[in-house]
Amino acid sequence: MLKATDITMGYNKGAKQPVVLAQHINLSLKPNQLTAIIGPNGSGKSTLLNTLSGQLTPLAGIIEIQNHPLQSLSNFEQSNYISLVLTKKEFSQHLSVIEFIELGRIPYTNWLGTLGPEDHQAVQNALNATNLNDLRHQKCGTLSDGQMQRVAIARALAQDTPIILLDEPTTHLDFAHKAQTLKLLKSLTQNHQKSVAYSTHDIDLALDLADQIICVNSGHLNTGTAQEIIDKGIISQIFESDLVRFDNKTRRFSISD
Amino acid sequence: MSKKIVKVWMWPLFLLMLSIVINLSSGSVYIPLEYIIKTIFSNTTIEETWHYILFDYRLPKALTAILVGGGLSVSGLLMQTLFRNPLAGPFVLGISSGASLGVALLVLGSGLLGGYATSLLSGPWALVIASASGSFLVLLAVISASSKITDAMALLIIGLMFGSLTGAVVSVLSFFSRAEALQKFVFWSFGGLGHLSWTAILILLGCVLLGLLIALVSLKSMNALLLGPKYAQSLGISLKKSTFLMVLSTSILAGSITAFAGPIAFVGLAVPHLVRQINETPDHKIMLPSSFIWGSIVMLLCDTVAQIPFSSLTLPINAITSILGAPVVIWILMRRKNLLF
Repeated sequence: MLKATDITMGYNKGAKQPVVLAQHINLSLKPNQLTAIIGPNGSGKSTLLNTLSGQLTPLAGIIEIQNHPLQSLSNFEQSNYISLVLTKKEFSQHLSVIEFIELGRIPYTNWLGTLGPEDHQAVQNALNATNLNDLRHQKCGTLSDGQMQRVAIARALAQDTPIILLDEPTTHLDFAHKAQTLKLLKSLTQNHQKSVAYSTHDIDLALDLADQIICVNSGHLNTGTAQEIIDKGIISQIFESDLVRFDNKTRRFSISD
Repeated sequence: MSKKIVKVWMWPLFLLMLSIVINLSSGSVYIPLEYIIKTIFSNTTIEETWHYILFDYRLPKALTAILVGGGLSVSGLLMQTLFRNPLAGPFVLGISSGASLGVALLVLGSGLLGGYATSLLSGPWALVIASASGSFLVLLAVISASSKITDAMALLIIGLMFGSLTGAVVSVLSFFSRAEALQKFVFWSFGGLGHLSWTAILILLGCVLLGLLIALVSLKSMNALLLGPKYAQSLGISLKKSTFLMVLSTSILAGSITAFAGPIAFVGLAVPHLVRQINETPDHKIMLPSSFIWGSIVMLLCDTVAQIPFSSLTLPINAITSILGAPVVIWILMRRKNLLF
């Protein structure tokens, strides 16, 4: 579905040399697949997501979505393939839950943004899938972080794209809500044929649930299933610190004595 | 649902009618209300002086108030959406100051240029173009600053700095200009709705309609921007294009209005905020027309207050909007939980 071939990831900073974060990246996101992007702080998880979503042009290489090169697609065409879930709260706090989700239908509506029967159906489906029917008329400013995360995911669902990219959806959530959010993402891949990729610091949860792990670390990318990544010893080397220790059997991190 | 229609549309429209009637019946000469209603809705002839006062003074003034109040509120709404900040407005961001600078350059500077240039630069169009391009330039400067600075507070301070910068240039200009030109400029800066000819009103109407049309075209992208710029882009909205259109619309609206009515403070800032509280939705399909209606009501009422009953004195409209507007802004700031975009 989404295929990145030999891309160099980084960004141009002013007139200086471009900052290269990783080279020779090959990866693919497939339908029915939950992908977790892990790595220490500053390794380039967000940059990778921005590159895959088309917001950042790769310095080299090619990204294809269903065999269309991403760069050749207009902003509008991209909105039919990829929807985003962001953590930064830049949205209007006055929006109600239903208004927030309805804005996901923008690529399908006329110049005024009027919703048709199909749009209302898509919004309703999104509300059902995320279990938000009771909250539909609440203002977004009054929601808890966990609820807001579900609203953001519902908006992406309403946009009805084959690929959903999420930027650290589990940050600021307590353990139960982390689990709830990830379970929801897993169900989207299983029941709605979506390809879902998310960046995260919750490595152990990612190892439990994700079908594919992408580990970004000091300029290298490692891709594989949880077991493959663990067997290669990539997880245990992820932090260059003596303070944390990874147990291959329980698949959990702990603080070393 | 119907309850909502009453609150969002019926009430404001009724209030608008009411404030038009109140506005028309207030002034230094007392004209009975029934005569006003009769003359407007039928062809009955009334006393000639009353007819003159009504059609050559009060009616144009009321129309100007509607255009000025409505247009400023819409431009404030555009700015608040673009900058994702409830305190943005044509005045706070230095746009009105930019317009002032344009007008100052025209009114004060033309004296320095000599005869031919003066005749070329006079007339209502010159004022509009000078004022609109002044506001456009300041807005572009603020926008380019905002692309580097994401902190909204810093942006507001930059707007204020642009304001004092243009203010300083205006001071320098006034220092070197002749007394008549200076007086003309000072009177303009008081703001006023009552001195517009029918031709000037037509030009203002054209500009406001153009500004509203551009705002209408950007309606969908404005709604997308409610989610923030990143989401908007992911929904297929071109940020560059929509930002340009919103800036263009604001400078046409704020620029033309400031050219004719002077720098009128607080309306553009306070009205959209109040309307958001009343309508309980940030949806621009409702906010845009609603802000226009409420802005008109507020301006008509401010103008009515500015008329001291049964005396020929009229207070500067800018003073009235500030006296009423500043407490509103303070009230917004005090209720911190509502200081949300």
